[in-house]
Amino acid sequence: MVGCEALVIGGSAGSLEVLLKVLPILDNSLTFPIIIVIHRKHGSDSLLPDLLSSRTKLKVKEVDEKEPINGGTIYVAPSDYHLLIEQDRTFSLDYSEKVNYSRPAIDVTFQTAAEVYKTKLACLLLSGSNADGVLGLKSVKTWGGLALIQDPDSAQVSYMPAQAKLHVNIDEILSIESIGEFINSLK
Amino acid sequence: MDLGAINDEQVEVLLSDLLEHHGYDFTGYSKASLKRRITRLYALDKAVSFAEFRYRIINDDLYFKRFVEQITVNVTEMFRDPAFFKTLRSSVLPALGTYPFIRIWLAGCSTGEEAYSISIILKELNLLHKSLIYATDLNPVVLEKAAQGMFAMTQMKQYSENYIAAGGTGDFSTYYTANYSLAKFNEELKSKMIFSTHNLVSDHSFNEFQLILCRNVLIYFDRDLQHQVLDLFNESLEELGYLALGTKETIDFSNISKFYKRLPGDKIWRKSK
Repeated sequence: MVGCEALVIGGSAGSLEVLLKVLPILDNSLTFPIIIVIHRKHGSDSLLPDLLSSRTKLKVKEVDEKEPINGGTIYVAPSDYHLLIEQDRTFSLDYSEKVNYSRPAIDVTFQTAAEVYKTKLACLLLSGSNADGVLGLKSVKTWGGLALIQDPDSAQVSYMPAQAKLHVNIDEILSIESIGEFINSLK
Repeated sequence: MDLGAINDEQVEVLLSDLLEHHGYDFTGYSKASLKRRITRLYALDKAVSFAEFRYRIINDDLYFKRFVEQITVNVTEMFRDPAFFKTLRSSVLPALGTYPFIRIWLAGCSTGEEAYSISIILKELNLLHKSLIYATDLNPVVLEKAAQGMFAMTQMKQYSENYIAAGGTGDFSTYYTANYSLAKFNEELKSKMIFSTHNLVSDHSFNEFQLILCRNVLIYFDRDLQHQVLDLFNESLEELGYLALGTKETIDFSNISKFYKRLPGDKIWRKSK
């Protein structure tokens, strides 16, 4: 992909380990934002940005509502809110019903990002135990973006990427080792 | 949910219909969330076409009510964010307890779970008798529900845990009676609540309060509307009164921030003299 304007990564059980391996490989000069939505227990959130920050030179921060989305920054969805992308490329938060038993739901962020970034969007779905993210990846394809999954064989919990593989026309299936280099190549 | 069913232009058409035909102004709401809610309802109600959907919203009053209820987010719980309610209990309400009378405005109260939570704390602090909770929402349907004070029994375990984490000193289960699948909260808790419609977008200040709570409402507004509503709260808050917002909301970057001091660790600000 040439001219990637945003990468959204979704994951659930078993995805944090993948992120911790991938982050150190990322170029410090990435020009697009990376938006991370992972399922976690409400109230346990404050440590995640710090944990991720320890593995990369890129700026890592938890999303503030109405915050403009800047390139070269890793944004982490706060726990217990859905994370949406607005057409003016700012974030908004939403405390509506859980989707796929999850809040934040990966589908919500993938879908709203798809409509904003269209062909300039890449979305990556990692390890996890439910089907959240599958409909989102479908939207990404509808709007012309890139749909990526972690290789289900390499996932601690394969269900989520496997469901995506089953239902969506996936562009790339990536091993844990190849994710970092692939992201670096997106610019 | 397929987000493609309604496009951005159609959202704008519906928003101007709502303003023109019903006097509800949603134009300052965050668009992504609003669009998701509208698309969800469109699918849920199996609308035949956008034209038919639009026609019903304009002409069918019952359906219009449903529309407003469904596109606004009414998800709430008792003692959500227990740490916040702990601060209310340990510091904010005791400070207000020195006043002869405590007026509280709960703006965007939805189905009332927070109003009952506050009422329980006031009762345990022995302040309920001299307090009044004005619970408002733009949506009359949720206010009717709030006034009934009945919540799903299935939620009680979670609420009881929240209550304990928020420093509750009593036995949570004494505050309600189980009635099949519903927990009916004691009438006493409701005795100091006043439910009324109030639209933060278009209605004015209606009283002066010592505590205003508006949690997880501003997230649905764009920056301009947020600032307008914060001005309204500032007008409605006495000196040394408290303003409480949701975990991810702030008064930073607004005109009123210079008049307020934040309580460390919580999204609670106190108005300076």
